[in-house]
Amino acid sequence: MTATVPSPDVLRAPLVVEFPFTRSLGPVQSAFLTGLREGLVLGVKTSDGTVMVPPVEYDPRTAEEIRELVEVGATGTVTTWAWNGLPRPNQPLDTPFAWVLVTLDGADTALLHALDAPGPESVRTGMRVRVRWAAERTGAITDIACFEPYEGPAGPGAAPHAGVFAEPVTGIVAPARLDYTYSPGRAQTAYISGLSEQKTIGERCPSCHKVYVPPRGACPTCGVATTDQVEVGPAGTVTTYCIVNIKARGLDIEVPYVYAHIALDGAGLALHGRIGGIPYDQVRMGLRVEPVWTEGGRYPDHYRPTGEPDADYDAYKELI
Amino acid sequence: MPRTSRHARDVAVVAFAQSDHLRRTDELSEVEMVMPVLHQVLARTGLKAGEIGFTCSGSSDYLAGRAFSFTMTLDGVGAWPPISESHVEMDGAWALYEAWVKIQTGEADTALVYSYGKSSPGPVRDVLTRQLDPYYLAPLWPDSVALAALQAQALIDAGETDEPSLAAIGARSRAAAEANPHAQLRGPVPQGDYQVRPLHTGDCPPIGDGAAAVILAAGDTARRLCERPAWITGIDHRIEAHGLGLRDLTDSPSTRTAAERAGVFDAPVDTAELHAPFSSQEVVLRKVLGLGDGVAVNPSGGALAANPVMAAGLIRIGEAAARIHRGESDRAVAHATSGPCLQQNLVAVLEGDPA
Ligand SMILES: [Zn+2]
Repeated sequence: MTATVPSPDVLRAPLVVEFPFTRSLGPVQSAFLTGLREGLVLGVKTSDGTVMVPPVEYDPRTAEEIRELVEVGATGTVTTWAWNGLPRPNQPLDTPFAWVLVTLDGADTALLHALDAPGPESVRTGMRVRVRWAAERTGAITDIACFEPYEGPAGPGAAPHAGVFAEPVTGIVAPARLDYTYSPGRAQTAYISGLSEQKTIGERCPSCHKVYVPPRGACPTCGVATTDQVEVGPAGTVTTYCIVNIKARGLDIEVPYVYAHIALDGAGLALHGRIGGIPYDQVRMGLRVEPVWTEGGRYPDHYRPTGEPDADYDAYKELI
Repeated sequence: MPRTSRHARDVAVVAFAQSDHLRRTDELSEVEMVMPVLHQVLARTGLKAGEIGFTCSGSSDYLAGRAFSFTMTLDGVGAWPPISESHVEMDGAWALYEAWVKIQTGEADTALVYSYGKSSPGPVRDVLTRQLDPYYLAPLWPDSVALAALQAQALIDAGETDEPSLAAIGARSRAAAEANPHAQLRGPVPQGDYQVRPLHTGDCPPIGDGAAAVILAAGDTARRLCERPAWITGIDHRIEAHGLGLRDLTDSPSTRTAAERAGVFDAPVDTAELHAPFSSQEVVLRKVLGLGDGVAVNPSGGALAANPVMAAGLIRIGEAAARIHRGESDRAVAHATSGPCLQQNLVAVLEGDPA
């Protein structure tokens, strides 16, 4: 096995991606999930009589729209299984369990879920199981807490169901969170490390000699690695700007303020930053600015006028 | 001329390059990982980035953990002056399909196809659950190994394999990978404990980072760029119903249909590069592709030796083509998959000119 020890020189930080996907339901999925909330399992019957559980809205073989709902049993038969000795976060049970595909009594297709069983020896294909309902049900697949072994008579089979409920579930919110460890790579590590010393480090393309800041490791024009590190700035020139009139949530800056493109001296392209220390309506193209660092800040808080004369337009027109 | 081409234009893989596939590459951003591979594949043809007619890439924002992540690697292809470019949020094999279509339309004579994935930053088993049906499956977080294990048990129940046979597939793959300097796992690897029973560690792919690139070219351009082009005489991809419980997991009708349409069964193949991240999936693919003992299956080591997500399928096409380039194969089948339990499958037939 290849070594898994991370390189000590590279920066890394936790990166959490979290999102609550809000999804609307069609008539069939709505009936199915509302049925789960009410403690019963619905499927759909295709034109050839196949009962699909969980239900789909279109026959995967013919693409015909399917709307004929039926109620099936909460008991069924395992068609295949896999023993999960080390449950992962968010899975239905936090103790070892079996993943199972279960064909419920009255259904012709199988539903994926978890089976609570004492160990792999107690699970086999063909074993009988029944739904264990969640204590609190909201209209989601997790209203089935899991399956459990069941020694009893088979259910009565599929029975017609109108699929009509009071207060049907019309949507689900599916929260998801993924935890990453982000590493910015060689070029951006050098840039971020430079900022910690209040230096702005760009990288020069060996082919076209343009200095990229922040560097991403490649010259997008030449498609080659940028390798030579170059300190740019600290002063620079406003190449263009805009006046922000809408306050962003959580941002402690009075509006209006100016956000500008700033070509640091020696850089081959402009980066962007806020302009402070001057009334917003006096900012102009060609204004000479320098970074202002706050105590413990990891990047310039804003840029302020240096007091030098404005740069000549020809000096920065290539960088707009 | 390729022997069995049935398309408007003769299109070939003329060059292939790949990174060394590693457990982690923290010191490299995605573009830093991809760029050397792009330079290698261009160098093999002598083409400059600006001479490529069409560029298409495959990758996944969910692996990267951020939106529009593919735009970062565009810096590595020299996208100025503006180039004709596209991206698929899929394995690069599907990017190759798009590029092949582009050449068939006559809008390009050459194409650069690349793909990459870094699985090291996130928990890839959990990340891949986000590609599942969001109503019935994703809320249960069934991970990629669990879903493959359900398929493996179905095969065992059907009498089509058993645990020792599965272990032998992993062992054979990693032994083959000893000749592949890019592979992540080479040589003997302990079969290990159950990950999700019946699959052991040795039945599962390594988790790692990597990239690959190929260059496609049409007709005489291909002959000029490559001594023995690997002509794509057929290519097709198919998908099956989304619901796992609707499918017979011991079969892969989508692979069979794609193979028929690609012409796999028109003549014998001598090489098969199969994208089977789990040992049990090779059992299914061998069956539906009708591969006999005389066929060299995954001489590169396959996905059990290196499985950079989003690149492993493109690598199968590249490895098959490289064998034709080297004269080690005359007619090869390459397969790529995406989704749980072989849900989506792409099949290509590659042929070299007769000696
Ligand atoms: Zn350059």
